Amino acid sequence: MNSNIYPLIGGVILGLSSSLMLWLLGQITGISGIYYNALNFKNGSWRFFFIIGLILGGGLIKTIWPELFNFNIFSNYYEIVIAGLLVGFGTKLGNGCTSGHGVCGLGRLSVRSLIATLVFMSAGIMTVFIRGSL
Amino acid sequence: MSNFISLILGVLFSVGLSVSGMINPAKVIGFLDIFRDWDYRLILVMAAAVGVNLLLFPLILKGRPKLVKNFNLSLKKNIDSHLILGAILFGVGWGIAGICPGPGIVNLSRFEGQSITFILSMSVGMYLCSFVKSK
Repeated sequence: MNSNIYPLIGGVILGLSSSLMLWLLGQITGISGIYYNALNFKNGSWRFFFIIGLILGGGLIKTIWPELFNFNIFSNYYEIVIAGLLVGFGTKLGNGCTSGHGVCGLGRLSVRSLIATLVFMSAGIMTVFIRGSL
Repeated sequence: MSNFISLILGVLFSVGLSVSGMINPAKVIGFLDIFRDWDYRLILVMAAAVGVNLLLFPLILKGRPKLVKNFNLSLKKNIDSHLILGAILFGVGWGIAGICPGPGIVNLSRFEGQSITFILSMSVGMYLCSFVKSK
């Protein structure tokens, strides 16, 4: 897995999936928004099905290519809860995450998404740096 | 029909996240760790995904969506404090556990405590924000 080919192929698949979503259903593939609106049964059941697809896809890959799922979630529960709260609150407040602002927003040349992406990447980098220095 | 296509696109997106390595929190943390032992590879994921969309989005947006009447695009243009603060909070959370919403949901298929706890906690965070915003 030391090659660059998997990240590249994975990225192309993410691009194709979000382009197909825009072409067929006219929607932006922003996972945090799709998930929140699916939870609230917002008009349009496609969101619900997309989320189910994400989970089914995970199950599928885990079955046919288990090496990809051969990792541990190393954080303890305390960290997981804090991280989850921040990710949920932040993506709701900022209207997007890595997929909506990153993959799709940058693809649309949205300045708003570019700013958001630079800010959350910087915040992530700073967080990892600070925690590693403690 | 839309629901079926959406399901398939969800599976496809999930495959992309899995193959790219984005679902592995250790890889994400390694990618964010630019000042020490930087694992640059996840930048290739972003570059490839954005590259495909930069190429295809303009072509798609020239026409009309196939299965619905109109595109549903955010019309927001302003860079406000909500956008910045939201991105900071999200980034800090992402940096703590190495999980963003897409991979978090895909990892539900692992049926383990941490993955489920993350999504529950993320959901609470979203509702909390929605509640605070409505005040």
